[in-house]
Formats: sequence, C-alpha cells, structure tokens
Amino acid sequence: MNRRSASRLFAALALAAPIAFGALPAAAQSTLTNVSYDPTRELYKDFNALFVKHWKAETGEDIKIQVSHGGSGKQARSVIDGLNADVVTLALASDIDAIAKATNKLPADWQKRLPNNSSPYTSTIVFLVRKGNPKGIKDWGDLVKPGVEVITPNPKTSGGARWNYLAAWAYGLKQNGDDPEKAKAFVAELFKHVPVLDSGARGSTTTFAQRGLGDVLLAWENEAYLSFAEFGDDKFEIVFPSVSILAEPPVAIVDANVEKNGTRKAAEAYLNLLYSPEGQSLAAKHFYRPVKPETVSNKADVERFQKLDLVTIDDTFGGWAKAQKEHFGDGGVFDEIFKPK
Amino acid sequence: MSADVAAAPAARLIANPTTESRAARLLLIGLGLGFLALFLVIPLFAVFAEAFRNGAAAYFEAFGDPDTQAAIRLTLLVAAIAVPLNVVFGLAASWAIAKFDFRGKSFLLTLIDLPFSVSPVVAGLCFIVLFGANGYFGPWLDHHGVQVIFAVPGLVIATVFVTFPFVARELIPLMQEQGTSEEEAALSLGANGWRTFWSVTLPNVRWALLYGVLLSNARAMGEFGAVSVVSGHLRGLTNTLPLQVEILYNDYNFVAAFAAATLLAGLGLVTLVVKSLLEWRYGDEISSKHRK
Repeated sequence: MNRRSASRLFAALALAAPIAFGALPAAAQSTLTNVSYDPTRELYKDFNALFVKHWKAETGEDIKIQVSHGGSGKQARSVIDGLNADVVTLALASDIDAIAKATNKLPADWQKRLPNNSSPYTSTIVFLVRKGNPKGIKDWGDLVKPGVEVITPNPKTSGGARWNYLAAWAYGLKQNGDDPEKAKAFVAELFKHVPVLDSGARGSTTTFAQRGLGDVLLAWENEAYLSFAEFGDDKFEIVFPSVSILAEPPVAIVDANVEKNGTRKAAEAYLNLLYSPEGQSLAAKHFYRPVKPETVSNKADVERFQKLDLVTIDDTFGGWAKAQKEHFGDGGVFDEIFKPK
Repeated sequence: MSADVAAAPAARLIANPTTESRAARLLLIGLGLGFLALFLVIPLFAVFAEAFRNGAAAYFEAFGDPDTQAAIRLTLLVAAIAVPLNVVFGLAASWAIAKFDFRGKSFLLTLIDLPFSVSPVVAGLCFIVLFGANGYFGPWLDHHGVQVIFAVPGLVIATVFVTFPFVARELIPLMQEQGTSEEEAALSLGANGWRTFWSVTLPNVRWALLYGVLLSNARAMGEFGAVSVVSGHLRGLTNTLPLQVEILYNDYNFVAAFAAATLLAGLGLVTLVVKSLLEWRYGDEISSKHRK
C-alpha cells in the first residue's frame, strides 16, 4: 500500500494552513468602523482620508477607518445582529431608531446630540432620465403615464427607496388637496410602473444606467449627479420635480460599541469633522447639500444645487417613527399597494 | 411516432435504437453546442473581455487595491481552515458510515447531505440566529469578547457548513464498495486500529479524497450567499473575493470587478482541469464512477 503518498498529502494540507495564517495583516493599529448606506461610498472614501490626516495632526496617532456599505435597512439589521460599528451614517433616522430600540446601544434621543437632527448634509429625490428626455417626463404625474417604466429600489430594504416613496406621496397629497386616499392611489399606480425592485439605491442606479432598464430612475440627488461623473453627461438628464422631500441622512455614535472598543474620542472627532468646513466642502463636492453651505470652500459646488419645494418628514408625515410604522411596517401601506407581478 | 414505426420496414425496427435521422442528430448536437456556448463559453469569455477592456495595465492595477488584496488573502485563509476541517470531518464520517453498522446511520447520511439542499442564505441566517448579538450564544460570546458573526470565524463556519458534504460524499460510496475485508486482514495480522487506518483505509481512498478536497476548495473559495449574510461587508476585513467582486461592481469599478472575477474563473478552470485529470488517470479509484 502506498502509505507515503497519503502522508505527504496530509503534510501538504497541514502546511497550507499556517502559511495562510501568516498572510494575515497585522491589526494592531486603532480602527474606527463606519457602517454606512449605499450611495455614500465615494463621499466616505474621501472623507476617511481627510479624517486620518486630521486625526494624525491632532493626536499624532495613526488610525484606520473601516467602512461597510449597503442598503440602509440591511445595514441597521447587521448592527443589531452585532456588527461592531463605532459610528453609523445611515439614510434615515428610523434605521438608527431601530438600532436604539433593539439593542439599547445608543439612547432613544440620539438625534438631538448633533446639530440639524444629526444630519451634517441633506439630500433630496430627483428624476434621472435618458438624454433628450424621450418620454417627456417633467413631474411626478408623468411617471404614471402608459408605457413609462420607473426604477426604484425596495422600500423594505433601502432608505433611499423610502424617501422616493414618501416624495411621491407628498406629491399625491399636494395634487389632491391633502386627501390621503388619493395620494395612496397615486403611489399604488406609480409602483405598477416599477419593473424591478433592487435591494439598495446603488443596485437601482446600476440597473438603470448600466443595464439600460426603465425610462426614469427615482434617485438621490447625489446619486443622479454621480451617474454623470461615472457614465458621462451625454447619456442622462436630471429632472427636478415640482415637489420633493428633504432627506436628512443622520449620523450617530453607537455608544455601547465605542465604550467596548475604546474609540469614543475618535468617533466624536469623526462625526464633528463632518460639520467642519472641510467636511462640508467634501459633502458638497460629492453632491450632498451641506447644512452650512456658507462654509464650503468651492462656491461652485454649492451653487449647482437648485432651489426646490421640499416637504419635510416631520411636517407632512409626523416624523419617521410614525411614517415607518404606517407605510413600511409589516402590513403597512406599502405591503397593501405593492403586488409583485 | 408509433405510425412511423409501424410503417417502417422490419430492418428499421431492429436497427440501433440510439440512431436518429441525420437532421435530428444535427439539431440535437446544434442545440447542445448552442446551449453550451450561450450559457458557459460566452459568459466566461465576457468576464475576461471586460477585465481586459482597458488593457493589461488596468487589469493588473486592479490587484494593487489593498482591499482586493485583503479579499484574496481572506479567501485563501478561509479555504485553508475550512478545507482541512472538512477533510477531518469527511474522513471520520465516511469511515464510520462505510465500515461500521450502527443505529441512525441513514439519518446521519441525510444530515451530511443537508447543506446541499439548504439554500446558503438560510445557512447564513441560521448562524446569525446562533451567534448574532441577539442570538442563542451571542450575548455569552460578546461577554467574553469573542466576535464570531461579521468576523473571520463566522466566515469560516459558514464556509465549513456549505462545503461539508463534498469530502464525505466522495468517500462514502467508495469505502462502502471496498468493504471491510482488507481492514479485517490487517487487524488479523496484528495491526492496531490506528495503523490499519493509516496503512490500509486511507491509501485506498487517497485519490477520491483529493477529488473531494478539490471540489470543497472550489466551493469554499467561490461561496457567496452564506458568507454574504455573515460578513458585514467591512472593506479590507471581512470581504472574501466573491463579495469584493460585487462591491467593486457597485462602486462603478467594472474593470476591477471583472479582474477580480477572472481569479475566480481561473480557479474554476484549474479545478476543472485537475478534476478531469484525476478522473482520467484514477477513474476507478474515484467514487463518482462507483455511484449507482
């Protein structure tokens, strides 16, 4: 019997493991983990580099920033399940509320801890259409015309999609003298024009821009501008609807995690830097509306934002907690109106 | 069909039953080749074409990204832990099943096949329920400072789960066919159990074992669903290569995404070649030929 070749096989297998172990990067340096939502990839790539430099200048210490991006609801779920986030920078307050409620890792009034409802930048929902606007889309009403296909992600998993949905609802209210039943009928009709629901905003953008599906993409304003940068401005146009919603993507420290990781100071500095002139300038550069536009260094970055009629979640929907439960909870309005084909 | 047969001359009736008319043969071969081209060859070609769309320099630049390098290292690490574990479990399980009789044997066989029938996403979610912060063992692990989910241990556990059947499934039919007579001979000549295993049982199945290792390695490195659920997608830390491909694609970094994908495609091609070599050279020592 060939005993030697069998033992050699095992020797080889036994050797493979330590080699791979040795290849592990040393993780001694202090790290800060930012769990964010989908379209902030480019913003935080730049911002993290800024913070690393800033932190080194302030404290002389090296720090490494780890980021994770995904649909806002999914990311919140991961933090609830134990993803060790020092800070969360998500698409909407109710996702951070969900973390606070499920884990008690941050206080229920977390949103009062930083200026402007803890949102260092805001955004809104606009339409991205194909060059020349072949379907003649000017406002929300045009989205439900026959033959128009609308691309939006799934409000169950995507924060951006929930803003899309609520912006459409706001238009429905405005158009029909604040009659919620008519607004509901309008949004229901709108979702009949949606051929595919991706789980996150970035997936929808790729569906629309790369795969060429649909006539109009309901998108974050920053995501719409970014597609110009990525795919060239000869392919798409932005349409600003008559009414949209003021989206306030909030940021927060996850207290229990920073206590455990010993990163509170760095986490606080990280979030505060977002409100600084450098942070605000980066937000504007990446097409987020800065909350302190006067501090932005490159004025052209601010001037390109159009003045829009924006409703707020508090005034029109009575806050996120109410809107979340009423519209997106199990058995909520969205479940009622959306029937997959 | 039956009318044709009835009308045909007697000679046709006893002709080779596997012979079809020329047109039918061409049609079937054409369909088969067309299907292969459409679903296997063209997509594979497209992966490489997209990866090299901006030239070889852009292709190799993609591997300079520290996050991609970290993903490659992590993929190798996960496979280097998961595959040896599977060798041990697979050998132990198939040895017990093939050489011994005990109650619940068929139940054990069914259990080993479970990862084949369960969707990887469900597998991932199971581990979240077990080891997540609100899971059964999560609070205890957290108290002791052990991070399983959203860290390397979780990735390894999920990978072990989905690759579990590969080694055992290769070995069991072969060991069953080989029976126990050689082991009995060894024992009757005075060898102890351990010696019998190393000198008789293991050498008898070495090629089948290698075959199983190959398959489980390919799956371990290529697994997406289960590891996606337990990864947390921390860049440069918990993204294996398949997850990194998705991230790069969603970052609009198409060339880098496809460049990373060529590694996985390459792994698949190498696996295929080695697998074919094994089948060709040691076909009768590999259990896939013995399956009934």
